This record gives sequence, structure tokens and C-alpha cells, in this order.
Amino acid sequence: MATDIIIHDKKDNVGVVVIEKITPKQDCKCWIMEDDSSTDIQSMDEIPLGHKIAMTDLKEGDTILKYGHDIGKVVKSIKKGEHVHVHNVKTKKW
Amino acid sequence: MEIPKSFLGYKRENGRAGTRNHVIILPVDDISNACAEAVANNIKGTIALPHSYGRLQFGADLELHFRTMIGTGSNPNVAAVIVIGIEPKWTKRIVDGIAKTGKPVEGFHIERTGDIGTVMKASKTAQEFVMWASEKQREECPISDLWISVKCGESDTTSGLASNPTVGNLMDKLEPLGVHLCFGETSELTGAEKVCATRGATKEASDKFMKTWSAYNDFILKEATDDLSESQPTAGNIAGGLTTIEEKAFGNFQKIGDCKFIDVLEPAEEPKKGKGLYFMDTSSAAAECVTLQAAAGFNIHLFPTGQGNIVGNPIEPVVKLTANPLTVKSMGEHIDCDVSKILSREMNLSEAGDKLIETTLRVANGRLTCAEALGHKEFVMTKLYRSA
Repeated sequence: MATDIIIHDKKDNVGVVVIEKITPKQDCKCWIMEDDSSTDIQSMDEIPLGHKIAMTDLKEGDTILKYGHDIGKVVKSIKKGEHVHVHNVKTKKW
Repeated sequence: MEIPKSFLGYKRENGRAGTRNHVIILPVDDISNACAEAVANNIKGTIALPHSYGRLQFGADLELHFRTMIGTGSNPNVAAVIVIGIEPKWTKRIVDGIAKTGKPVEGFHIERTGDIGTVMKASKTAQEFVMWASEKQREECPISDLWISVKCGESDTTSGLASNPTVGNLMDKLEPLGVHLCFGETSELTGAEKVCATRGATKEASDKFMKTWSAYNDFILKEATDDLSESQPTAGNIAGGLTTIEEKAFGNFQKIGDCKFIDVLEPAEEPKKGKGLYFMDTSSAAAECVTLQAAAGFNIHLFPTGQGNIVGNPIEPVVKLTANPLTVKSMGEHIDCDVSKILSREMNLSEAGDKLIETTLRVANGRLTCAEALGHKEFVMTKLYRSA
């Protein structure tokens, strides 16, 4: 079954775009690898292949979870369906 | 899928099994490369393993050199070894180390003979060895005779999404069957180091991992002019969608599935605690890492790639897999196992793991890897510090 977004773990608050790109207001099919379940989301931004989409509203200081783990902190609030990348997320490492 | 319980390998004198049957000409040092290459040119079916080091090294750096040399010759994928060095003493030390496996090995030193005399003497023995080895037959070996090392390279988001988890799925399925497994890349676990430490099977293994990672991190912090924030992830990683070092590290970490590591190995150190998963302290540079894992005795390597790394090794076959459909399309001659259908949900992770197991066993049984067919024989020594 075709999918637009893959989510690693049920706990994750981001998914990864696996088609060439998704466009604003697109209704996207998401597949959660951990338990082979599905969900849907409407995108807010254009997001290219391999880039992340917020699965929920996120505020400054929140932790991004991918693979079920902490991969960085939100530095600018993000709405559900928006593009998540270096403009709104930073490492906690340095 | 029912996993085959055996593969066809070459049984060695010390009880190990090889997936290949190489006769190697091993130079002790950089200045013996010419002799080694001349012998390999004379005697068909042998391979020379030229490299850049072996003179005026000392301390831990010299010990690593010997460990890599002896380990490479001792690997079960090698049937017999000719060792050529400038001086007799270090040449003999390597010969004696390899001889403990019981396989045919003979050393030649160049001093007081010169290249031409050495090439003649070594060629005669190499001819005997290769003709002897050519009669070896593949026999049924239990799957537990597979020692599988892993390392990823030219990673992108498809690596963490699909090709690395495919390797993890293979590990989860093969670990209970008694295989040896090894992952490394100390540097690229930065950000996932605490989670990785929890995967130690014992407190001792976890503590040893944290000590190893911290020593690396201290070295980076000492030597770096700034920090790694502009190198890890790289501009290319960011363009591909990777945002932070933590995200990259967790992608890398998918390769071990749900397995726990039972010990932490020095570079090129042979595992001594039996079957299961080991972590080895290695660079994240592909050829260096695979060379160290081969020297530790691993006999088949799995290499997930995103953008298309092309590395091979002279003695350990390197099986490449990718989930990036563009890489499959543009660099297909380098890809042994295509798992790009995971992204389109036409294949699930377990099916991909099964496909990789099938590919791995075909290669173990003798099918050439893409890297072997294309002549990739990268043999790169890890050097710890400057020579004297």
C-alpha cells in the first residue's frame, strides 16, 4: 500500500516524507513501522523527500522524538503538519 | 522465511570457516609493497595487500599494526599467506602469529637478498600455496560459522529509515542462531551514546563502551578548532533531511536491531567471548573500519548505503544494500540487495531482512559481491599517532 510518510516509532512526534515531495494541504497517508499501523495527516508546507513533518503541535523547548528517542530540541514553535528541520530544531549535543 | 541452517564454506585448520579461499601476499611494511605486488603478478590467483605503514611505529600504534597484519593473515577467508618484510624480526613475528591458526604461512625478508631474489623465492612458495589451496572444496558449515560485520556509509535519511533497520532485522533473526556480529563507528554514535550504552549485555560491557566513546569525544574536543556542529551532520546530510547529530546517530544505530553487545573490542581485536554481538572501537571511515573488522576475523560484511558508497575489501566480501531508489537506478552495479520497496510499502522490514539473509548466504556460498566483481580491494590500516 502506498505511503507518503513513514514514522519509525509510535512515540515519535515527527514523520519522514518518502515520496518526491508533499505539497501544502495535501492529505498524507502515514505508516508507523513499529507496529505496522497507519494514520493520516494534512500537511501545511511543501516538504521534500527525506525531510520531516510535525505530527503534532510543538512549542519551544519541546523534545523531538524520532526512532522513539530524543534527537534535538524545538527552538521555534511548530504547528502540526509543518516542516521540521534546522530552522526550528537544534541539537542538544553542542 | 525458514532460515537455512548451513552454508557452503571452506573449513580451516583451527575450526573456523571461510566464505572465500584467498592466498594473500602480505607486506609487513610500505617498502615491501613492490615485492609483494611482483609476487602476486607472477603467481595467478594470489592477491597482494599493499598498504602505507609499518616502519618506525611504536607503542599502541605498533601493536595495532601487528594485530591488523596477523589478524588479516589469520582470517578464515585466507587459505595461505606469504609475508614479505624488509627485516627478519618483524616478518617472523607476523608469520609466527598467523602460524597459530595452522594454515600454511611463510615469511621472506628483503635485506641481504634484494627484491629480485626475494620475489623469486617467495613466488616459488606462493605457487605451491595457490595450487594447494585450489584443491580446497566448499563443505557444508553451520550458519554459526558466519562472523558478520556491519558498517554504513554515504548515509542519507533512507539509511535510517530502511537499509540500516534491514540489517538490524537480519541481526535479530541470525543472533539466536549463534553467529558472531560486529558493529563499530565510535564517532557516529555521538548523540545516541547513552542509549547505545544501555545495550550492553552486562554492566561491564556498558561501562567499557562509555569509556571508549568518551575517550573519542575527548580527543575530538581537544583537536577540533571549533566543534562538530558544522561537520556532523554535514551540509549534504542536512540537504537530505537530517537535522542533528543525534538523528544521524540513531539512524546508524538501527543496524543492531534489538541485539545487545556482549563486549567492546579494541580495533582489530578478535572476539573471545563466543557467539553474539560485539562493538569495536573504529573510525567511521569505510575502508579503515572494514579492514579492522576483517582483521578481527569477520568473514562477511554488510554495508548499507544511502547515496552510494562503493567500498570493498580484499579478503572480506562486502555486501551492499540500499533503500534509495535513485541510488539503485544510477549506481546499480554497486548494489547487491535493493530494499527501496520498503519506502513505497511494497516490502516490509521483515521481508527486507529475509531478502538480505538470502543475499548474504548466496555471497557466503561463493557468489561474487558487486565490489568483488568491480575489483574493490581497499585495505587501509588505522594509525593511532605519528611514527617515531
